Amino acid sequence: MSGVNVKNLGIRFGSNAVIEHLDLAVNPGEFLVLLGPSGCGKSTLLHSIAGLIDVAEGSIEIGGNDVTEAEPNERGIGMVFQSYALYPTMTVERNMSFGLRVSGTPKPAIEERVKRAARMLQLEPLLQRKPSQLSGGQRQRVAIGRALVRDANVFLLDEPLSNLDAKLRTELRRELKLLHNSLGATMIYVTHDQVEAMTLATRVVVMRGGKIQQIGAPVAVYERPENLFVAGFLGAPGMNFLKGELTEGDSGAVFTSTAVKVPLDPATFKVDTHRSGRRAVVLGIRPEDIRIHEDGELSGTVQLVEPMGNHRVVWINMNGISLSAVLHDDRDIRTDSTIRYSFDVRRVSCFDEATEQRL
Amino acid sequence: MPRMGTHPSQQRADAGIAVAPRPMRRRARRIDVARVGIYAFLIAAALFFLTPLYIMVVTSLKSMDEIRQGFLFALPEHFTIEPWRAAWSEVCTGVSCDGIRTGFWNSVMIVVPSVIFPILIGAINGYALSFWRTRAADWLFAMLLLGAFIPAQVMIYPLVKVLAAASLFSSLPGIVVIHVIFSMPVMTLLFRNYYASLPQELFKAARIDGGGFWRIFLQLMLPMSTPIMIVGAIMQVTGVWNDYIFGLVFAGRENLPMTVQLNNVINTTTGERLYNVNMAATILTSLVPLLVYFVSGRWFVRGIAAGAVKG
Amino acid sequence: MVLTVLVGYLGTTLWSIRVSLSSSRTFPQYDFVGLQQYERLFDNERWLMSLQNLAVYGVLFLLACMVIGFLLAVFIDQKVRGEGVLRTIFLYPYAMSFVATGLVWQWLLNPESGLQQAVRQVGFAEFAFDWIVDQDRVIYTIVIAAVWQGAGLVMALMLAGLRGIDDDIWKAARVDGIPPWRVYLSIVLPMMGPTVATVFILLFTGVVKVFDVVVSMTQGGPGTASDVPAKFIMDHLFGRANIAIASAGSIVLLLTVIALVVPFMVVRSRAGARRNDA
Ligand SMILES: Nc1ncnc2c1ncn2[C@@H]1O[C@H](COP(=O)(O)OP(=O)(O)OP(=O)(O)O)[C@@H](O)[C@H]1O
Ligand SMILES: [Mg+2]
Repeated sequence: MSGVNVKNLGIRFGSNAVIEHLDLAVNPGEFLVLLGPSGCGKSTLLHSIAGLIDVAEGSIEIGGNDVTEAEPNERGIGMVFQSYALYPTMTVERNMSFGLRVSGTPKPAIEERVKRAARMLQLEPLLQRKPSQLSGGQRQRVAIGRALVRDANVFLLDEPLSNLDAKLRTELRRELKLLHNSLGATMIYVTHDQVEAMTLATRVVVMRGGKIQQIGAPVAVYERPENLFVAGFLGAPGMNFLKGELTEGDSGAVFTSTAVKVPLDPATFKVDTHRSGRRAVVLGIRPEDIRIHEDGELSGTVQLVEPMGNHRVVWINMNGISLSAVLHDDRDIRTDSTIRYSFDVRRVSCFDEATEQRL
Repeated sequence: MPRMGTHPSQQRADAGIAVAPRPMRRRARRIDVARVGIYAFLIAAALFFLTPLYIMVVTSLKSMDEIRQGFLFALPEHFTIEPWRAAWSEVCTGVSCDGIRTGFWNSVMIVVPSVIFPILIGAINGYALSFWRTRAADWLFAMLLLGAFIPAQVMIYPLVKVLAAASLFSSLPGIVVIHVIFSMPVMTLLFRNYYASLPQELFKAARIDGGGFWRIFLQLMLPMSTPIMIVGAIMQVTGVWNDYIFGLVFAGRENLPMTVQLNNVINTTTGERLYNVNMAATILTSLVPLLVYFVSGRWFVRGIAAGAVKG
Repeated sequence: MVLTVLVGYLGTTLWSIRVSLSSSRTFPQYDFVGLQQYERLFDNERWLMSLQNLAVYGVLFLLACMVIGFLLAVFIDQKVRGEGVLRTIFLYPYAMSFVATGLVWQWLLNPESGLQQAVRQVGFAEFAFDWIVDQDRVIYTIVIAAVWQGAGLVMALMLAGLRGIDDDIWKAARVDGIPPWRVYLSIVLPMMGPTVATVFILLFTGVVKVFDVVVSMTQGGPGTASDVPAKFIMDHLFGRANIAIASAGSIVLLLTVIALVVPFMVVRSRAGARRNDA
């Protein structure tokens, strides 16, 4: 088991700086998920850890060794690519063993390792097939197998499941998690699928434009986003945002907009409204934190009801602002009817409108 | 402006920006050795490919006196374009002695129709094959492709007879017909593949709109075929211009293309060989395809790639 | 339209076969002498010489073109500077006619005025490079000229093949610690199988047809030392008025091509069918 330590990393393509001054410490045995919109530099970061991209600045340590200038195969890593990148003309067995053969590992050892990986991934019946004779899920398993036989301490996975259909993805996701539990190796996993991030990660890294926005446990990142970007990026349907300002109330700060007044829990928000006067802020509330019930203090008309199978999403028009709320029971709600609801004020987030940071 | 007294990390960042990627000692050296090898090989190869062109140009600008002294690689001491003039309008091509220019014009006369007709026919064939997707059409196409591999020698004599029977032998129409026949497989393939790569919905929509075979072809397909027509034209111009054997057999004395006349100039002259004139004539003959190549660049490669698929 | 051409192709081929089984000389005759013409053909010194030349030329030309073309493509693929210029340089000879190619190399290899002379003049008085007038070596000079003309084509096609290979494959191989030459040999080259086959067939059909370059470079000489089947056939068709033996020769050529091309096409259409099923 080894950790990964990235310090002051800078990466440029030509004159275009994709990553600048990035620091990231990955604990041994951790399942770290890099999450972010397309083009934010997730792959770039991962590939630089693998040694596939030259770094312009900074250093990378794996297991305490400085590997900034080491070749990829000297770093003790295994990598799984989005496109699988299997060697198409070789059998599954050869795909997994080729690297070991070239490096001159003794035959019995190779066989041993391939067998073990094949058993782990249920690839035994497929060993003599070519990649073209495998299904997508099987191919991805072979790709993982190829990384496994390297006996790597750190596994790097770049969107390994994004080419699979939804059902297979769920299945392999679970297998990956189990694999991580049984191997105990460090894994760094790139995805832009939030569900994958939430279910797999011990910690999530949310990136944007080559910068890390927030690092934390999935629940923490989801419930206490550090800034507007993270708040908006996570969750589907996304967090509801209301613009307004902070005013002084009876027991602390109160969020006030044309439509609502929401007292902020003084335990979570320590804001000094006196000093800065009226302050423009954005209030964020997740759809599941809007409760629909008869004696709710807020009201609005129902725009649309989207059935999702095990729950429904209700779109509410509140004085011209669209809010989404998640409803888990099957009570009768009609479009255009007026309903009453309330915010769970303990679970709201509040951000400074100018800095976009959490208060 | 020298920056003094800045924070060390600041300095490092600045250096990184100024001197591009930080030097990587270990990896860099290994790569450098390989790089030198790569460039050495490429440059050597480039010299091999360029030498004949260089020699051709240099020789064509020298006087015979200079050539007799040897020094193949030397630049001409006295530039002269006399050989070029002689090659163009004086040199003897077999019977007459009015230069390679007659060949040039003959080639132009052959090339123009031999580009237009094969492309048109190829477009119609390719369109028909993608319009009627039947087993028979597939077979026909396969046979046509196979036909492309028949060595010309097999067909030459029968074709001579057929053309003679139609009184087309040794005539301009005759040689054009020959070029049409021999280019048909590749041209058909080119257009068929192109049309097959277009979205089928386009086709279906046009048929639902009530377009007939010719209507769809003329109003929809042909206007969309410009890119592939350019590719086809490039292939035909270079192919027909560079042809030797068909011109030799089928064109007849009056219409000998430039390649045939060039070969006559050089390989049938008696007495001292005028190398400078020969080289000028060779360059002149190669000028059209070379020009096509340099102007079309990527299209040329695309044409080759498309033609290569015929296998 | 397509049909007429099929008749053209099939008809002419059948006619040639028919003539090759007759005793025709200047004019076609439709008697039947069995395989007599083929027997005479294979008793003919000149034909055997031309076949041998074709074999030597074919093997050397194919090998050299493929190896040089592949190497050029690989080296150009190393993110070198001036890639566009280099590509242009390697490919321009392909735009030149075989006739022009032959003439240039005839001039370059001419012992009295070409390379040999030039090298001698700079001080290597013993330098000898007179293959073009050497009966045993003249065929190699034709190989040189043809490779010069055709290697760029191989380079262009191979380069397109190399560029078509997923970048991730390369990255995976680096993570596996496989040295680049090994990646090319064990992974990339097998992946380029279809490209290699296409190039091979393209060059091979060119080999069988080889005619112009020989005519313009050596006229089959010295003597008949660089004769090739296509030239033999043309000479017998038009110069020596022996169309039966010429037709027999052409049918032999056709059979050689078919023997190579048909299996290739079958394999290819099978592969295509398999791809469609998947
Ligand atoms: N080889 C390259 N040359 C130049 N720019 C590049 C290169 N590779 C990536 N980039 C740029 O770097 C940025 C980050 O790319 P990267 O591939 O890391 O994004 P990503 O987060 O992995 O996105 P995705 O989710 O789409 O995979 C992008 O803006 C991209 O345009
Ligand atoms: Mg990516």
